[in-house]
Amino acid sequence: MTTRAVLRRLVLTAFLGLATAFWALPLLWLVTAPFDRRPGLTVSWPDWTLENFQRLADNPYAFSSLKNSVILAGGSMIGVTILAALAAYSLSRVRIPGRNALLYGLLLLSSIVTGTAAMVPIFQLMFQLNLIDDRSGVILVFIGGLLPAAIFILKDFMDATPKSYEESARVFGASSMQVLRHVMLPIVRPGLATIAVWTLVNVWSDFLISYILLRDPAKIPAGVVMYTFYSEGGQANLPLISAFSLVYALPVVALYLFVNRRYGFRFHGGIKS
Amino acid sequence: MASIHIDGLTKVYPGGVTAIDGLDLTIADGSFFALLGPSGCGKTTLLRTIAGLEAASAGTIHIGERDVTVLSPGDRNVAMVFQDYALFPHMSVNENIAYPLRIKKIGRAERTLKANETGAALGLEALMERRPAELSGGQQQRVALARAMACQPSVFLLDEPLSNLDARLRLEARSFLKRLQRELGVTTVFVTHDQSEALAMADQIAVMEKGRIRQLGTPSEIFRSPSNTFVANFIGSTPMNLLPGVLRGGTLRVGSASVDHEAAGALAAWSAGSVDDGEVTVAFRPEYARVDGDGPLRFTGTVETLENLGASVLVTTRTDDDQRVQAVVPEGEEVDVGASVHVAPVPGRILVYDAQGELLRP
Repeated sequence: MTTRAVLRRLVLTAFLGLATAFWALPLLWLVTAPFDRRPGLTVSWPDWTLENFQRLADNPYAFSSLKNSVILAGGSMIGVTILAALAAYSLSRVRIPGRNALLYGLLLLSSIVTGTAAMVPIFQLMFQLNLIDDRSGVILVFIGGLLPAAIFILKDFMDATPKSYEESARVFGASSMQVLRHVMLPIVRPGLATIAVWTLVNVWSDFLISYILLRDPAKIPAGVVMYTFYSEGGQANLPLISAFSLVYALPVVALYLFVNRRYGFRFHGGIKS
Repeated sequence: MASIHIDGLTKVYPGGVTAIDGLDLTIADGSFFALLGPSGCGKTTLLRTIAGLEAASAGTIHIGERDVTVLSPGDRNVAMVFQDYALFPHMSVNENIAYPLRIKKIGRAERTLKANETGAALGLEALMERRPAELSGGQQQRVALARAMACQPSVFLLDEPLSNLDARLRLEARSFLKRLQRELGVTTVFVTHDQSEALAMADQIAVMEKGRIRQLGTPSEIFRSPSNTFVANFIGSTPMNLLPGVLRGGTLRVGSASVDHEAAGALAAWSAGSVDDGEVTVAFRPEYARVDGDGPLRFTGTVETLENLGASVLVTTRTDDDQRVQAVVPEGEEVDVGASVHVAPVPGRILVYDAQGELLRP
């Protein structure tokens, strides 16, 4: 190796090291601060304690908010997965004029539904439907907002599945719903897992929609409750926030590990190519 | 068990492509029937229309006594084996074979038993718990056949059943399929683009071109007397020699070679007066031609190329009239490239086609 190459290698390694450190620091904070007796905004070797979690347990809304998050995320996940499976299958197999335009149009508009731009009309709509301060209202908004992208992803999986699978089932007399249940859904399981996890994570990390549509402190999810962790003096309650952040993040990490193990991207084959 | 009657069947795809064009066909009960033709000739569409996967644009299909033209695939009592086998990847071999029974709402215990029986009949007993991906191509094909058998259909439809197997396995599967079909005695229709497969397996062959049947017959009829130049060209592992000729006053002239009707005698299947004088195409198979043979019709030329076919050699000769004539020569009788030879078709094996490409029959 020439000197030049060594130098280049060194500079590159140093740069990558710096970049890694930059992104790793917040994660380090997330795992050290909750165990520090006096957590600050910097990463430091903690003065070990579990006191912060004790305080979190004493907070009346902390754990009920996690339960709320599970309800919202779980409800949206079930709704999105079922509806996306039905819609993606039909859109993948039935030829209707303007199918792609419809899909792209929905995809474009969906980012507005879950974004800030449509917040006022959505609030109005929910108000008229009498769904303010109702968890099902929040779930409906999420389903509406996330569905187009989920259909889009899942349709790709359905498109990639050879037609001979379902034709084979049809010749044996299977109905459309049987073809979907027995053949298509098991084959696109990695796709279903993808959109389910993606929906769950999206709803889990949401703040804005729940913040606007829910009033009762007993109904608000974890993302919103953190906003209330302030001391009387108006300062951020860092011991509580840091401990809650960790508890809030763990289920998502656990979910990824679980899904990857259980549903990872396996394909068993069965089409001879 | 059932015969299949197809009457005036037409299939026009949206966009105006006619895949099947007013086709009439009767497939006898219990026969092993081949739909043969080049790609795009409509043979797969015909099979899929019999299965009900494509809707007929016009005409009717009867299976047995029943008009199935508008029935959905599941109600026709047919089973289809797809070219890619389409085994469900998430189910075990047993579950795959049991699937038709599951659709018929037969209980789990009974259908597992039935599937095991069917699998065992095809030598799959050791593989029943495996997934399709863990099987070889030949085993996958047997599972697909077992699955088709499990629903006890009155008709089997096989789409290119051998195309996904490697060459050695293909020969094995060919005899296996033929034996199986004879044992089961179920009317079986298969699609192939490989003429040797069709000749080897089928009782009856329909040669198709552009959505029509060009010839219907037994393998030996189709091989010996192709009724038009399309079939003549398509059938045979070495292409048929097709040479332009003229028929005049009972004398057949091909380039500088000629033969009169008297001399032709047993040579050709045409009789004087069976056709008006005019342009014809003379055809004979390389297998039925002799190098340095004697006969009333002889072509003189030089040997251009030699292709080794194993037990024989394919000799291509360029005649003095600048035509190419091929002959298959058994090993040990090879000639040298560049040698001057006479090529003569064996008596009785010359076919003469009229200007429309139809065979002149005696």
